Amino acid sequence: MSTVFGVPTQALFGQLLIGLINGSFYAMLSLGLSVIFGLLNIINFAHGAQYMMGAFAAYFLLQWAGLGYWWALLVAPVVVGLLGVVLERTMIRRLYHLDHLYGLLLTFGFALVIQGMFRHEFGSSGLPYAMPALLSGGHNLGFMFLPNYRAWVIVFSLGLCFGTWYVIERTKLGSYLRAATENPALVQAFGVNVPRMVTLTYGFGVALAGVAGVLAAPIYQVNPLMGADLIIVVFAVVVIGGLGSIMGSIVTGFALGVVEGLTKVFYPEASNTVIFVIMAVVLVFRPTGLFGREH
Amino acid sequence: MNRILAIVVAMALALATSSAQAQISDGVIKIGVLNDQSGTYADLAGPGSVVAARMAVEDFGAAAKGMKVEILSADHQNKPDVGSNIARQWYDVDKVDLILDVPTSSVVLAVNQITREKNKAFIVSTGATSDLTGKACSPNAIHWTYDTWALANGTGSAIVKTGGDTWFFLTADYAFGHALERDTEAVVVKNGGKVLGKVRHPFPSSDFSSFLLQAQASKAKIIGLANAGADTTNAIKQGAEFGIAKGGQQFAGLLVFLTDVHALGLEKAQGLVLTEAFYWDLNDKTRAWSKRFAERHRGAMPTMVQAGVYSATLHYLKAIEALKSDDGPKVIAKMKEMPTDDPLFGKGAVRADGRKIHPMYLFEVKKPAESKGAWDYYKVRATIPADQAFRPIDQGDCPLVKK
Amino acid sequence: MAGPVEQVEAAAATEPVAAAGHQVVAFVVMVVSLVLAPFFVYPLFLMKALCFGLFACAFGLLIGYVGLLSFGHAVFLGSAGYISAHTAKVWGWPPELAILAGTAAAGALGVVIGALAIRSKGIYFANITLALAQMVYFFYVQAPFTHGEDGIQAVPRGMFLGVFDLRHTLTMYFVVLAIFLAGFLLIYRVIHSPFGQVLKAIRENEPRAVSLGYAAERYKLLAFVLSGTLAGLAGGTKAIVFQLASLTDVHWTMSGEVVLMTLLGGLGTVFGPVVGAFIMITLEHYLAQLGAWVTIIQGLIFVVCVLTFRRGVVGELAQLIRKPL
Repeated sequence: MSTVFGVPTQALFGQLLIGLINGSFYAMLSLGLSVIFGLLNIINFAHGAQYMMGAFAAYFLLQWAGLGYWWALLVAPVVVGLLGVVLERTMIRRLYHLDHLYGLLLTFGFALVIQGMFRHEFGSSGLPYAMPALLSGGHNLGFMFLPNYRAWVIVFSLGLCFGTWYVIERTKLGSYLRAATENPALVQAFGVNVPRMVTLTYGFGVALAGVAGVLAAPIYQVNPLMGADLIIVVFAVVVIGGLGSIMGSIVTGFALGVVEGLTKVFYPEASNTVIFVIMAVVLVFRPTGLFGREH
Repeated sequence: MNRILAIVVAMALALATSSAQAQISDGVIKIGVLNDQSGTYADLAGPGSVVAARMAVEDFGAAAKGMKVEILSADHQNKPDVGSNIARQWYDVDKVDLILDVPTSSVVLAVNQITREKNKAFIVSTGATSDLTGKACSPNAIHWTYDTWALANGTGSAIVKTGGDTWFFLTADYAFGHALERDTEAVVVKNGGKVLGKVRHPFPSSDFSSFLLQAQASKAKIIGLANAGADTTNAIKQGAEFGIAKGGQQFAGLLVFLTDVHALGLEKAQGLVLTEAFYWDLNDKTRAWSKRFAERHRGAMPTMVQAGVYSATLHYLKAIEALKSDDGPKVIAKMKEMPTDDPLFGKGAVRADGRKIHPMYLFEVKKPAESKGAWDYYKVRATIPADQAFRPIDQGDCPLVKK
Repeated sequence: MAGPVEQVEAAAATEPVAAAGHQVVAFVVMVVSLVLAPFFVYPLFLMKALCFGLFACAFGLLIGYVGLLSFGHAVFLGSAGYISAHTAKVWGWPPELAILAGTAAAGALGVVIGALAIRSKGIYFANITLALAQMVYFFYVQAPFTHGEDGIQAVPRGMFLGVFDLRHTLTMYFVVLAIFLAGFLLIYRVIHSPFGQVLKAIRENEPRAVSLGYAAERYKLLAFVLSGTLAGLAGGTKAIVFQLASLTDVHWTMSGEVVLMTLLGGLGTVFGPVVGAFIMITLEHYLAQLGAWVTIIQGLIFVVCVLTFRRGVVGELAQLIRKPL
């Protein structure tokens, strides 16, 4: 059995694959954050809570409407996205003329309220959500037993991330978005309804968080605090990738998931800190992140 | 002369009874149930423990005996700073006499210290650290339901004896996890088993996939989960995903409660081996009490620690009745003097180091087909007699125990 | 674009460098009520409010007068707590030295974090301080001397300056009050000093300040370190009072709490953070029975304050009397 630094290659490839799965969640969540930051210039602290709402939406859809996982993948993000639209229209939009820090504080307040309400109702032990029958079971790849669902997570998130990237970077709608990011007044003057675009963008970013939550429900417990500590890690990912850079978030998300996975093999106690250490290093040499540009 | 004598005797009697009443501080026995009411441990203790304490007060018949008992409760959110603030406040301002329950070992140790300083009483039902009857033992405290040593001894030795002789530990990387791993490893080795590997995961963790891969690679028969709450249930859930059971390995839940199994569902939890001090379906007495409890607690069956709160409150009140005083260390001493007897734990005793002893049980979680309905989750695999279930009194380094 | 910082400009545009009369009055009122309070209110509760008051003032210095929102300030509170607790319990240092050790440790940490973060502004700065604080948090989870979840318990109170027995509650209280007032006055002096004026200049127009020859980054870093050090003073004192140093004090939710206290009390005001701290501690104390409601209410206060109550309690008061507070 060959080894790399004392770890059998079997185990190594297994961990790399696991890292890729984690990276999928980092990528999806940091993508949503970046999209929102790019256009609204606010850091959506409620992103973790919205991820959690996506998971709960899937849970409720099953409990109350008998709608299973596949429905949840479509319906939950729409529901969570709509709630996001309501938040943006009623409250966030009032802050655009102010310092962007207020947006951060407002969304932080949202996160506390949302998480508090769910915790009050459901406690924090977590609720079970069944794995969809079509995706249960797995395949023995030789170096590890890969559950089908985990493979699906990678495939789906890659598709979603690159789909989003394509829309933003290669389509007309995306070009309006990018233009509005740079000069909203001019774009408005061309007849594009910028405020509506902003609202929909926030809704879309939030929906991304929601769909990540649905994806997470069968494998992590549906738990009111599931997004709370995750969001801080995602912030670090976004800083490393560069706030506002779409490709940066995707690539960095997957890459950092892999790095974290490797750390779990060689030095597991540090697996929580490695992303922050990398962030500190990146900040010293490239304060705007690896793919970022000054905003 | 006779009349004066009669009056003097009457006054003396009145004084005697009133001073006996005055021995109960402020005339009220105040019990504070301090636990996690909203977080990870809310279901296994939480409001349920308060229900159990109230049931004990009623069943004891405090009102009929002329004893005024008041129950307060507070949420310590599993944080030692919150817990110690509440404890101080309760002792200083609210004149609480007994603090009860307290999950989370860090809070246990903090409240233990404060109780000692203020000379009150402290009975732990949910907290696990065996240090409470070891290095940190105190004349003001009793450890009631279980501890890390009993868990390690129960699950560890029983599993090794029934064939699970190779182990791999999945440990929460904090003091409680380390202690549980240490105690269990010692027991496994003592019984002729081998520890093939161990890995520590950050606390709390939501993703165990990489650690489970390592557990699978070790080919150990038993994967010992030296963690609690969401970590345990997450590990088990993901273990099902990665086909742990199908690969012939078995999880040993070193600290698992009935409510955790309920949250997981039998599909995921089946086959899990665990040690507890109480189960609602053990005998007629436990069934009867548990049914009463469930009626008052949203239909949920009691966990061992909620049963422990009931049992401890009962014994505490009996001791006060016998002593006619609620002075902290005196009541604790009386509780150690009197043998315990209640419908939930049967006959037992409290040792000099503050350790209550009673039989412990090794349970296995039923398969879904074996269960007849909600809460019908366990089957008994073994009974560990009281004198073997807990750490021998001379091995704990407790200063109260004379060598 | 009116930011948390620009608000105070309107009121402070003609602010004299010396203490204004009304501020002296407010200060005297504060001192008198704090001296009398322990005889009516549970002193331990007051001491908690004082420690957090100092913490909030230190934080408020940074956001109100330098314009930097640090979302990781708990790292100073908690680090100082750990160092003070460790030196007092394990090395047996007297309380005044233990607190000083904690404060110094917080200062050193401030230099390191500040060096990494100070080049960024606004949201980036907030994000970076948050992430760096989280990194330090995870370090403390691992480090053996903190005992992780247990925290450092049974920290001895000791004899302050060899004379005052801190186990006596009232003695402890007045020592804490003295420390609080010392920190408060220091912040006040900094704000109303030439150094403070340069900070204001940088806040209003950094490029101009730089063109005038001021090394803006160095000033900002100095202010950051000062803010962190004073937060450390609060943390070290708290560890001695409560005889406990735990992970709660380094967690990012604690950073959020101090932001809330300052926002509620009034960004950019002198007395705001203290008032905000007292309000929040009182709220938490009385709502502790309600569990998760505390979080919900904190979140609601955040939302309401940000949307409609940006000046905070003291800020609104200052607006009423048209004088800076």
